[in-house]
Amino acid sequence: MKKNFKLENLDCANCAAKMEAAINKIDGVNATISFMTSKLTLEADDAAFDSAVEAAQKAIKKVEPDCLIVR
Amino acid sequence: MNKKQKRQLALIIIAFVILAVAAACEHFTNMPPQAYTAMYFVSYLIIGLGTLVKAVKNIFRGQIFDENFLMAVATIGATALGEMLEANAVMIFYQIGELFESCAVDRSRKSISELMDIRPDYANVLRNGEEIETDPYDVKIGEIIIVKPGEKIPMDGKITEGVTSLDTAALTGEAEPRAAEAGDEVISGCINLTGVIRVEVTKEFEESTVSKILDLVENAAAKKADVEKFITKFASVYTPLVCLAAALTAVLPPLIIPGETFSVWIYRALTFLVISCPCALVISIPLSFFGGVGGASKLGILVKGSNYLETLAKAETVVMDKTGTLTTGAFDIERIAAQPGYKDAEILELAAYAESYSHHPLSQSIISAYGKPFEAGRIVDVKEIAGRGVFAKIKAAASENMCAKAEDNAAGEVANVYAGNEKLMKDIGISSVPTLENTVVYIAVNGNFAGYITFADKIKPDAAEAVKKLKQLGVKKTVMLTGDKEQTARNVAAAIGIDEVRAELLPQDKVNETEKILAEKSPKRSVVFVGDGINDAPVLARADVGVAMGGLGSDAAIEAADVVIMTDEPSKLAAAIGIARKTTRIARQNVIVALGVKFAVLALAAIGFANMWAAIFADVGVAVLAILNSIRALNVSKFQ
Repeated sequence: MKKNFKLENLDCANCAAKMEAAINKIDGVNATISFMTSKLTLEADDAAFDSAVEAAQKAIKKVEPDCLIVR
Repeated sequence: MNKKQKRQLALIIIAFVILAVAAACEHFTNMPPQAYTAMYFVSYLIIGLGTLVKAVKNIFRGQIFDENFLMAVATIGATALGEMLEANAVMIFYQIGELFESCAVDRSRKSISELMDIRPDYANVLRNGEEIETDPYDVKIGEIIIVKPGEKIPMDGKITEGVTSLDTAALTGEAEPRAAEAGDEVISGCINLTGVIRVEVTKEFEESTVSKILDLVENAAAKKADVEKFITKFASVYTPLVCLAAALTAVLPPLIIPGETFSVWIYRALTFLVISCPCALVISIPLSFFGGVGGASKLGILVKGSNYLETLAKAETVVMDKTGTLTTGAFDIERIAAQPGYKDAEILELAAYAESYSHHPLSQSIISAYGKPFEAGRIVDVKEIAGRGVFAKIKAAASENMCAKAEDNAAGEVANVYAGNEKLMKDIGISSVPTLENTVVYIAVNGNFAGYITFADKIKPDAAEAVKKLKQLGVKKTVMLTGDKEQTARNVAAAIGIDEVRAELLPQDKVNETEKILAEKSPKRSVVFVGDGINDAPVLARADVGVAMGGLGSDAAIEAADVVIMTDEPSKLAAAIGIARKTTRIARQNVIVALGVKFAVLALAAIGFANMWAAIFADVGVAVLAILNSIRALNVSKFQ
């Protein structure tokens, strides 16, 4: 499944790049973050999708604590 | 500016004023050092506290090389070395850079969303004779919606009542309003200008043009260009490397070289840290591409990803479909030539019935020339023969004034009609048909050649100019692919100035020809294919960049292509390539200038020629320059 999420409080371009790299390290997850549109495109298995979003949120928080995935 | 940005600006101004007073006191008065040092501290805390707090927090989360940390270390270090003025200045300029960056990003986000301000908020739907305002999501196919002057058409449909003109500028960049009346298809996102219209909905909101376009543009930024990927990768190694270099610079030379002091080398190391922030680079690239994509959509050119702008900029060969791309595709009938024994009207009628299920442009113009409604039940069987034409079994009209041959038939007798090209005629055993230069449909009835209809295909008014512009942009070769006859194709190509023609191609031949062209291209250049998107989906997908023309209303085109030109003008292709060139040029300039300046200052700092002021320029100054440069990508007025 592939889904788009809006990211709240994404403040810096380099952070977005770091988040993208961190999320892509999660097993079975493929992600792109566009800083300009504040959007996260996440691709993962249907069964594991919710947990993938959860893991992505964790990875994002590590880079920028205020940044939230809008679900 | 938003609240956060205003607050930031206020802090910058206050800190700057205090700093200026402190510096003046230090240099021009005999004030005791404690006094101005205190002022320096106040100014530093006002501007830098936020950064210091963030830096500490980030360390606890394991994010060491983040820019807050770098700035904190650089400025605290400078303070410790007694360079308070410089420490303050670094912090203030850093904050100015951040503020500028966030304003620039907001501005270009806003200009894109204004551009994309085509999302309709509501629909007036007619239910049980009452007009109800509702969410467009709730309207179903087949319902009637009412659109008043000044409102956006919320979903795709067909006008059932009313006459009006439509403003399609948001979709096509076309300033001229388009007239529409009952029976016309309308597309969501257009603004109704003059009259009240009733529209029968043919597509749900999510499937409507406006939703598709918004999706497409919003997702374009997710497809990153190579240069963008390169720069993020670069940034992730650049910062740690520069920090390492800074650490070594601070410690090694004073230990190894006799006579060197720690304070000199630590100062140089701190200068390194200021330069090591990668943000200017990382932001300026997507900002340029975002501007390019946004600017292109202003002209009615939708680009599905930054990467396609990059490929488009490298266009070497442009392959174009003829019908619908270079020519209008609305064929006017030029002449109907019935063989002895048939009447012109009869030929037209048989052709119209035979072609009545076909969507081919030629069929459409035969049908509209015939102009009468089809009688139900006369068509017994229809078969489309790809690349040839159609075969149909048509009953003679019961009461019609059919001519000689048909009158011989008892009413209701079935005629086997073939309508198509010369190949079709040969296939059914008719070998001697008149060879014509024009586009032609031959008609055979019950195995006998009955006549033909010739068409004049109108070349689009801007086709020749489009080819000329492509050449000016450095496109080496233009090729036209068509299913049409060689001679017709050559005439059109000569009139427009196309270099090569491959004619009489079946749909699958077009893919093969494109493969051949792809094999011939120079490395690092690209082959662009432009088609009308309906029959060309495989070629659109195969070419380096597939461009679909006249995207309005054609889902197939929007889906298969990488770039969609919303209007029917081939000259927009040149505009698209122009914008792509400009955008990639800006991105490249940013990379070169930012890296060049940073490395130069790094080198100068290492040998002691660059102080912290130069480092501030290398960081903030370059960021500001790169951002200003990126914003240029939004300006596309010269491509109009």
